[in-house]
Amino acid sequence: MCFQQKMIHSLFLINCSGDIFLEKHWKSVVSQSVCDYFFEAQEKAIDVENVPPVISTPHHYLISIYRDKIFFVSVIQTEVPPLFVIEFLHRVADTFQDYFGECSETAIKDNVVIVYELLEEMLDNGFPLATESNILKELIKPPTILRSVVNSITGSSNVGDTLPTGQLSNIPWRRAGVKYTNNEAYFDVVEEIDAIIDKSGSTVFAEIQGVIDSCIKLSGMPDLSLSFMNPRLLDDVSFHPCIRFKRWESERVLSFIPPDGNFRLISYRVSSQNLVAIPVYVKHMISFKENSSSGRFDVTIGPKQNMGKTVEGVVMTVHMPKAVLNMNLTATQGSYTFDPVTKVLTWDVGKITPQKLPNLKGIVNLQSGAPKPEENPSLNIQFKIQQLAISGLKVNRLDMYGEKYKPFKGVKYITKAGKFQVRT
Amino acid sequence: MGFFFPMVWYRHDDLKEMLDSNKDSLKLEAMKRIVAMIARGKNASDLFPAVVKNVACKNIEVKKLVYVYLVRYAEEQQDLALLSISTFQRGLKDPNQLIRASALRVLSSIRVPIIVPIMMLAIKEAASDMSPYVRKTAAHAIPKLYSLDSDQKDQLIEVIEKLLADKTTLVAGSVVMAFEEVCPERIDLIHKNYRKLCNLLIDVEEWGQVVIINMLTRYARTQFLSPNQNESLLEESAEKAFYGSEDEDAKDAKAEAASLAKRKPYVMDPDHRLLLRNTKPLLQSRNAAVVMAVAQLYFHLAPKAEVGVIAKALVRLLRSHSEVQYVVLQNVATMSIKRRGMFEPYLKSFYIRSTDPTQIKILKLEVLTNLANETNISTILREFQTYIRSMDKDFVAATIQAIGRCATNIGKVRDTCLNGLVQLLSNRDELVVAESVVVIKKLLQMQPAQHSEIIKHMAKLTDNIQVPMARASILWLIGEYCEHVPKIAPDVLRKMAKSFTNEEDIVKLQVINLAAKLYLTNSKQSKLLTQYVLNLAKYDQNYDIRDRARFIRQLIVPTEKSGALNKYAKKLFLAQKPAPILESSFKDRDHFQLGSLSHLLNTKAVGYQELPDWPDEAPDPSVRNVEVPEWTKCTSREKRKEKVEKPFYSDSEGESGPTESADSGEDLVTQKGMGQGPPRWGMGQEASRSPIPPWHPPEWVGSPHRSLGPSQLLSPAFGAVRTYELLHRMAGEGLSVEYCFSRRPFPGDPHMVAVQIQISNNTDAEVKSLRVSEPKPLSGMRIQEFPEIERLAPGDTVSVVMGIDFCDSTQAANFQLCTHTRHFYVSIQPPVGELMAPVFMSENEFKKEQGKLMGMSEITEKVTLPEKCRSDHAIVQQVTSAANVGRVPCGADNEYRFAAKTVTSGSLVLITLERREGAAAQLIVNSEKMVIGTMLVKDIVQALAQ
Repeated sequence: MCFQQKMIHSLFLINCSGDIFLEKHWKSVVSQSVCDYFFEAQEKAIDVENVPPVISTPHHYLISIYRDKIFFVSVIQTEVPPLFVIEFLHRVADTFQDYFGECSETAIKDNVVIVYELLEEMLDNGFPLATESNILKELIKPPTILRSVVNSITGSSNVGDTLPTGQLSNIPWRRAGVKYTNNEAYFDVVEEIDAIIDKSGSTVFAEIQGVIDSCIKLSGMPDLSLSFMNPRLLDDVSFHPCIRFKRWESERVLSFIPPDGNFRLISYRVSSQNLVAIPVYVKHMISFKENSSSGRFDVTIGPKQNMGKTVEGVVMTVHMPKAVLNMNLTATQGSYTFDPVTKVLTWDVGKITPQKLPNLKGIVNLQSGAPKPEENPSLNIQFKIQQLAISGLKVNRLDMYGEKYKPFKGVKYITKAGKFQVRT
Repeated sequence: MGFFFPMVWYRHDDLKEMLDSNKDSLKLEAMKRIVAMIARGKNASDLFPAVVKNVACKNIEVKKLVYVYLVRYAEEQQDLALLSISTFQRGLKDPNQLIRASALRVLSSIRVPIIVPIMMLAIKEAASDMSPYVRKTAAHAIPKLYSLDSDQKDQLIEVIEKLLADKTTLVAGSVVMAFEEVCPERIDLIHKNYRKLCNLLIDVEEWGQVVIINMLTRYARTQFLSPNQNESLLEESAEKAFYGSEDEDAKDAKAEAASLAKRKPYVMDPDHRLLLRNTKPLLQSRNAAVVMAVAQLYFHLAPKAEVGVIAKALVRLLRSHSEVQYVVLQNVATMSIKRRGMFEPYLKSFYIRSTDPTQIKILKLEVLTNLANETNISTILREFQTYIRSMDKDFVAATIQAIGRCATNIGKVRDTCLNGLVQLLSNRDELVVAESVVVIKKLLQMQPAQHSEIIKHMAKLTDNIQVPMARASILWLIGEYCEHVPKIAPDVLRKMAKSFTNEEDIVKLQVINLAAKLYLTNSKQSKLLTQYVLNLAKYDQNYDIRDRARFIRQLIVPTEKSGALNKYAKKLFLAQKPAPILESSFKDRDHFQLGSLSHLLNTKAVGYQELPDWPDEAPDPSVRNVEVPEWTKCTSREKRKEKVEKPFYSDSEGESGPTESADSGEDLVTQKGMGQGPPRWGMGQEASRSPIPPWHPPEWVGSPHRSLGPSQLLSPAFGAVRTYELLHRMAGEGLSVEYCFSRRPFPGDPHMVAVQIQISNNTDAEVKSLRVSEPKPLSGMRIQEFPEIERLAPGDTVSVVMGIDFCDSTQAANFQLCTHTRHFYVSIQPPVGELMAPVFMSENEFKKEQGKLMGMSEITEKVTLPEKCRSDHAIVQQVTSAANVGRVPCGADNEYRFAAKTVTSGSLVLITLERREGAAAQLIVNSEKMVIGTMLVKDIVQALAQ
């Protein structure tokens, strides 16, 4: 009579030290001992990143994600697309982040009742029910300091007493009856450069990935359309469900009734034919001497093709080889730290001024007797450029239909380093 | 301890008190503490009675938390849980849809077998609720009930069938989920809803999309033909020839030729196309699971040339969380073996960063190796060179393996790879060296003669390298190719004999192996050494090694007893060995549906639904036709197209094509007499959506009587064959064409309807090479053209016959009529009565067949016969003019019976007309083809009324 069921059976939240600090079952209860298989795999994997997301055990399958130092381990009994579960678990983590400002063990423990209420609404019998933030917020109000004080005095509740009409409509991402005194719509065009630069400074691989994050606070049911000066740049786009696909296909215009609040409107990739302008260059000299317990380290970062904008927020991180004991460096700008346990060197450079290029130079101390490291470490660079979309993408105009008021509109551009790696 | 327990009890007493109090705030506080206990996995079951009392509490949050508690513990406290049931039963009747839904949700989540009947009743009622949200909840409840009591399956299937016909996006995903859990084998339930599901798909919520897409992938595999069948045809026929026994050969060949001829012009079923077209936009979903679902659908269903579109979307997912990357890369690895070309443009997206987790690195490496070909191999090898210097040693080992695979697959670079690997032999890291040795061994096996230097080099490594697998590989190499290194080999054996006792087992076995081979090729130098090694092995602790030593001694050392075998020892040991094939571990994994758990684990997971193979012949495509008079179809198709154009927010989309099925589905149900659901054209749901244009009732609702299509063409002149116009004189620029249904069997193909075509040339010039061209038949429809008319003199008329297989549907057959100068687009639409041919049978046979076609296959209609149509003669005349049927002799004189078979499928169509008093009569049509039955009734009624 025991019938196997699909989708998510149970969820365990586990912290880095291996404590199960929350469990939720949507069907009959699965014993915590099932997590032993997970711990076993975790031990084998050495570091957290290498725990396989899917583990097969004699009676269950475990599908897990790792977010913000927490493992979300779900228990599955039968065939299910693994991405379905993974995507859902990330959605849960996103929701916690959205509600509590951070998705941490403390935040979850402090708000355990809300967490439970959320999980109850998000999944019915293991199948996703309401995952849209707008609907959830109608059902369960996010905690605020004021409200928690008021609640504790008056005994009123977190649970919304209005019924979530959004769930019934076919624009489930927007709640009804939104009202603002100031109507505003902001769009952040954020582009990230992914690149691999080889030893000699030439680009092995580079592409631009972008997103448009929106913050929309508009009353009523506004119908927006956002157009670009150069929409052909966008090679591959993925959409928030609110966007009308056909309109984009035919006119290259983003037409949508937005959700209320913050959300990601689109993600895109800029067509790879366009050569990517790399805004910084790195000069490096890292060497380890044979049969001596030291090496040299000399890195300079400089701006390149930055279209007259300043490169700022520059940070370099390097995973040094295991044999490195310590580093004795001097930075002409910013400050550096070296963690002898994780062997990570971090150099916080800040803003680059072309007149005086930041340089980090000094001696590397190696374990005596250990063989010379085979490989020079790769340098991971982060940076930011304000008011620039490196691809050249430009928003043309934003029009609003369906409502009478005049909203305040704003667009902000920013370029950042994505996975930007320099091989040495 | 003694102190501790009372404490716990005390705390629970405290909670009980709070729960019993009158203040909601206290209750809430208590419930919050209890839920926190549950969340931490602590047992709170002893509070059950106190908690369950509050199930009817007015405070919403208290109530919700009580629900949480109840669902968690009801299974353990079944009797007490029953106390709460009545509250939910009341909730099910609440005027507010959200309360009805929530009551059903909790009720169905309580796993108490006693309430199964109550749940069943509640689900059935909710399935016909006005609110789509409640119906969605009903769909969710189905699997819950099924897992509690699988005996309810049949009843639940009825509910699923009903909900599948629902036309709202809200319900679609959930009911398909229920379908997949309860009755995935009942693919027949999908037919009627197929088009609707395709059309609704884009507006279903993300999670539902995944489930529907996966189900439709399986469905399509059972219903359509492989779009890539032509390429596999050759293989197939070769196989057939191989298995065919001799006397059947001739017959086989014929059948094959026929099937070849039939298959060659592969035309994709429009429904197949519909699925591909409607899923494609979802590649741009933000949800990785949706993208993956579409990708696997394309991989499994699309023509080869179209699969490429998914590559871009999959590559996009590589920017996502590492877990997503992990799953996507596994699938890309499988896909890249079969369809390498599609990922080649994205080669660089699979380059590895030092910050990637090892498991991601190894998967990317797998993909890069699969993508390697002659043109890109140098780039890839350059990239591999950087990887070899990585600090991550597992990754380095995998890279070396990958290089080995590239070398075996691409002959051009074999030497380069080999040299590179040999350089690695002087690497400081032993693991790197060991892995290289193993790979070099495999490569050398392909062309040993040229590489004695490398073998010598490796022989030297035995002094330093300690990894057993590598030592074993070196020894095997030296033994196998000892003739290429005649001086070194005995020396290696000498060294190994010295250290034999300290070696690992696999190394020992290879030492014995080496000794045996040397003994056979160079016994002068190695005889004593071999004896020594074999003696050592004889007393080894491991019995495998002892056995091997004994076995080998018997084989190689000639004794009196050993005899014949001994002569062949050299052949046995030094036979040519085929080189190993280094292939991807992802090869052939695509027999699992991609994106599935089973594919990821490469073993069949519990509950995995096999992805069926394409059928050899497509099942009847008309099963997906929806049960409305066919002639509304053309218009509704156009309408549908238009609606699809209007993007999103389109529950209304369901009203064009899809609703037909929704509605007909309901018709079926009511005919069976089980659904008494309130009419769904309800205001409730649709009216509440303000931003959507108000919902219009579908136009065709009022229209069945608007025009009876072809039947009005039926001649009042009894029995005369009616001719129809194909091309008017004006439109045809002097050429006029008429056609009629000759009602004779079409020579050559009994499944075709014979259409007699009369062409008159009213121009002054001669018309040359008159022919049919480019027939564009709908799925399954076939046209047998008439032979080309070379010339038609002015004023002449010619009559030709063509055959059309309408597939038992009244959809028009479209084709072009060409002359030497012009093309005319024409179409022939058959009246339903012409889709059949008369059958002659006795009254008894008729009654027997009729008995088999009761229930849904029977359509009854009351008829009032006009004055002039009351005679036997007139009635028979009218019926036979409306349809090509044969009369069945009949005993009673107030009854008329007719029988026919549809031309394509040969389904019986039985007509009974029973005269009552006066003008009243009853018409009964029995046919398993309900569409035909329905339309035929209308046509006959119309004919009788004239």
